[in-house]
Amino acid sequence: MTTTSGHPHAENPAREPGSPPGGVSRRRFIGFVVAGATLTVAAEIGGAEPASAAVPSVPQVPELYDLGDLQTHSALPTSQLIRITVDDHGLAHFAIPRMEVGQGITTAAAMIIAEELSMRVEDVRVTLAPARPELVFNQLTGGSNTMQSMFTPIRVAAAVARGALLQAAATELGATVASLVAKGGVVTAPDGSSRTYAELSGAAASSTTTAVDVELSPTSSFDVVGTPRSRVDALEAVTGRKRFTMDLDVPDALPTMVCRPPTLNGSPRSIDNLAAVLGMPGVTDVVAVDTGVAVRAATFGQCIDAVRALRVTWAGGTVEGESDDSVLARLKAAELPMAVPKVPLLTQTVDMRFEFMFRSSAALEPNCAIADVRDDRATVWAGLKAPIVAQRNIAKALGLPIAKVDVNVVTGGGSFGHKLFGDAAIEAAKISRAMRKPVKLLWHRADEPRQGRTHPMATSRIRATLLAGEVLTFEQRHTSIKTDFSHGLGERLTAMASELPAGLGNLGLAESIFTLTQELPYDFGVVTQLLSEVDMGFNTGSMRNIYSPDVACANELFIDQLAKKVRKDPLAFRLAFLRNERVKACLRKVAEVGQWGRSMPPGTAQGIAIHSEYKGATAVLVEIDCRPETVGRQIRDAVTGPRVTKAVIAVDAGLVVNPRGLEAQMMGGVSDGIALALTSSNHLQDGHFLEASWDNYFYTRQWNVPPSFECIVMPSDAQLPGGAGEAGVAASVAATACAFARATGTVPTRFPINHGTVSFTPKTFVPPVPPSPTDGLTHTY
Amino acid sequence: MAQHTFRVNGEAVTVNVADDVRLLWVLRDVLGITGPKYGCGINVCKACTSHINGKAFNPCSVQVKDVGPDDEITTIEGLPDTVGADLHPMQEAWLERDVAQCGYCQPGQIMAAVALVRKVRAEGRQITDEDLDGIRNVCRCGTYNRIREAVRDGAARM
Repeated sequence: MTTTSGHPHAENPAREPGSPPGGVSRRRFIGFVVAGATLTVAAEIGGAEPASAAVPSVPQVPELYDLGDLQTHSALPTSQLIRITVDDHGLAHFAIPRMEVGQGITTAAAMIIAEELSMRVEDVRVTLAPARPELVFNQLTGGSNTMQSMFTPIRVAAAVARGALLQAAATELGATVASLVAKGGVVTAPDGSSRTYAELSGAAASSTTTAVDVELSPTSSFDVVGTPRSRVDALEAVTGRKRFTMDLDVPDALPTMVCRPPTLNGSPRSIDNLAAVLGMPGVTDVVAVDTGVAVRAATFGQCIDAVRALRVTWAGGTVEGESDDSVLARLKAAELPMAVPKVPLLTQTVDMRFEFMFRSSAALEPNCAIADVRDDRATVWAGLKAPIVAQRNIAKALGLPIAKVDVNVVTGGGSFGHKLFGDAAIEAAKISRAMRKPVKLLWHRADEPRQGRTHPMATSRIRATLLAGEVLTFEQRHTSIKTDFSHGLGERLTAMASELPAGLGNLGLAESIFTLTQELPYDFGVVTQLLSEVDMGFNTGSMRNIYSPDVACANELFIDQLAKKVRKDPLAFRLAFLRNERVKACLRKVAEVGQWGRSMPPGTAQGIAIHSEYKGATAVLVEIDCRPETVGRQIRDAVTGPRVTKAVIAVDAGLVVNPRGLEAQMMGGVSDGIALALTSSNHLQDGHFLEASWDNYFYTRQWNVPPSFECIVMPSDAQLPGGAGEAGVAASVAATACAFARATGTVPTRFPINHGTVSFTPKTFVPPVPPSPTDGLTHTY
Repeated sequence: MAQHTFRVNGEAVTVNVADDVRLLWVLRDVLGITGPKYGCGINVCKACTSHINGKAFNPCSVQVKDVGPDDEITTIEGLPDTVGADLHPMQEAWLERDVAQCGYCQPGQIMAAVALVRKVRAEGRQITDEDLDGIRNVCRCGTYNRIREAVRDGAARM
């Protein structure tokens, strides 16, 4: 694997933190030393930097101010603070108001603090902050926005801490601040005398909260940020010590599962064998809630048995009788018309429609939460990317004031957008309230594809006109089942705004987000890209990108067809029309490293594609093998099919905090892209999804992985990080689709390409979960 | 309720639990050993992969009554002790390659990798691409290439 980190950034002479400002400098910021016995510093978030344009940020803010309660913001001018504490062991502590789901933000935050505080990464402890409603806009993990939004505030706070420690050291060592050197958590004076941060923490503390003017060190002086670092939680992960929600020991929170309806979003009318199930081994409680019938037992195994034993009369769901075809028909009917711009005679027209099936965004850790609800208060533990919204929704469901609901954010076993919503946390709170006992709620795997959130089905129609090798017009009409954005911007005002009557708020938001995230970096004359949505009652959400993987797949496949029409090579055609130099640089890089155009055997081919989003750019080159002997290879209970044999991805993510982490995100993005293009979807049939587990829902497995993977991190002179978590997906799905088209000579128009075949026998809907096997000892190796 | 005695990570344990409770839940819910994870409960995702008498198995699919006093269950928590070190060489390879993303599947991946290397070694051969293709453990973060590299690296260290 090749990893090239960003080259040094623009010089800017360093000055002592706290020294008087000399003219206007964009590096100067205000931070705070907070009153306390040990050194605690703070910096504002949301104020220090403009928030990102990716997903839910900036452009919505003016709308929200129109709608929202200005008072909330203006009354709490100093509440939007993030704090770093340096304790008397010399450790720096930071509770990040974001959720770690594997994307590496705790590692990156520790690196930034270590950098600015001149200490070891190992001495920085980053934890996840509980729901902090006072943070309003600033506690949403999504849109690959964490590093974009947190980079500068973390630096400011750490720089304030460093300044305070140096001041204290100057007093104790009898030296000027300017003469001191801080390194590895030790401050050394010219005479060789020194103090550790542990020794200075008390002296550096302040009895009053004071504002401090700081100057950030120039990015060119970085020696931690920009270097490859392993994850701060890697040791916990490989030893099994890393704690996820279901690993927490909350007294009396017994295992709990829900018997769910046979059709999507059905609800229980009556429990027909309550006494029998209550008498089953281990079972303590059985109650009906709006989503199903909850069972609490001594072990999850006994919950599964009870769920299977329950006889429930169900009310119908929200999509009774619907199937893939009926939903597609609704989408087709809702497609916005093309604008039909006036074009000269003799133009050629290309017109294509692509279809993208429902996909489950579930992580390997299923939806889960612990809830302990009492008469007057509630405590919840869950993986939540928008904990403020979850807190509000839990309070609403329980009829409690928000201040009486404590929401603890637990590191997640993946998210991919799935944990933007507090579905399990809200459900657990309702069940705990109904049972009057603490519960540890776990969704059965089968519940996830069947009742959990999905990436909505969508179609993308594109029409372009060509004249003499030029593209005159490019029109795209993306039509999608409604994407639920009611996690808002992670903030309660917007959550309310997007719940406006008749979905008005949400529609506006969706269109805005579509416009904000879809960038077509080609010079294609008159370009229009429009979104329309259909609300049919599906449980949806963003899935590692919102619209981009589908839109990019459609666009890039279409662009290959345009290139073919004018008899140009796909790479040459893209380079001729791309106007974004960063995208071009990525594209040239993957073409070079991946040897674009090399001779390949029949039935195999390369594909190349680009994407531009999150203040960055990606390009992907893949090679695919569609020969019968590969497509037909047999692996037990597996979908094999075409094999991507090589993937090369180049990413320009702006200033890179941790190239090793960025590469990991690109690797995951490629795995997702391959799954979206080739294998993974939900089949809707008669009001329910057929998939029930990983042997039905075919996410990329080792037998689908490209044996050759290479990631190139492009150099950047950007002063801020771009987004990383989702950036690798869109160009990957597109490149895989393009390669498949070139290898087979047939342009696929429905994704994933194997959706037409149901490659498994659907598991039962009543009972809703499969039996636990007993033959495990016959499969040892 | 019945009493069941078996060995976990080097120690004999006795639990009072119904015969048919799957070992995964005995480990997690009764004994508080949380390294093996639930990801499907039907022996598909392999997140709970552990060892029984040195061989990989999935405790989600084994009833507690089917293990006896002589059966040695090893979970990720007990893996280092099998080599008398703080970390098993496979865990070291995992750290070296920074394999984990969210980490949820990682205990199962590592236990599967150790068993695969032992199996291949017993067959007197090296790990092949086909062996790696055959690893069934789901990693929804998609860090599969690093897993492949770490298995080979771990094999060299074992």
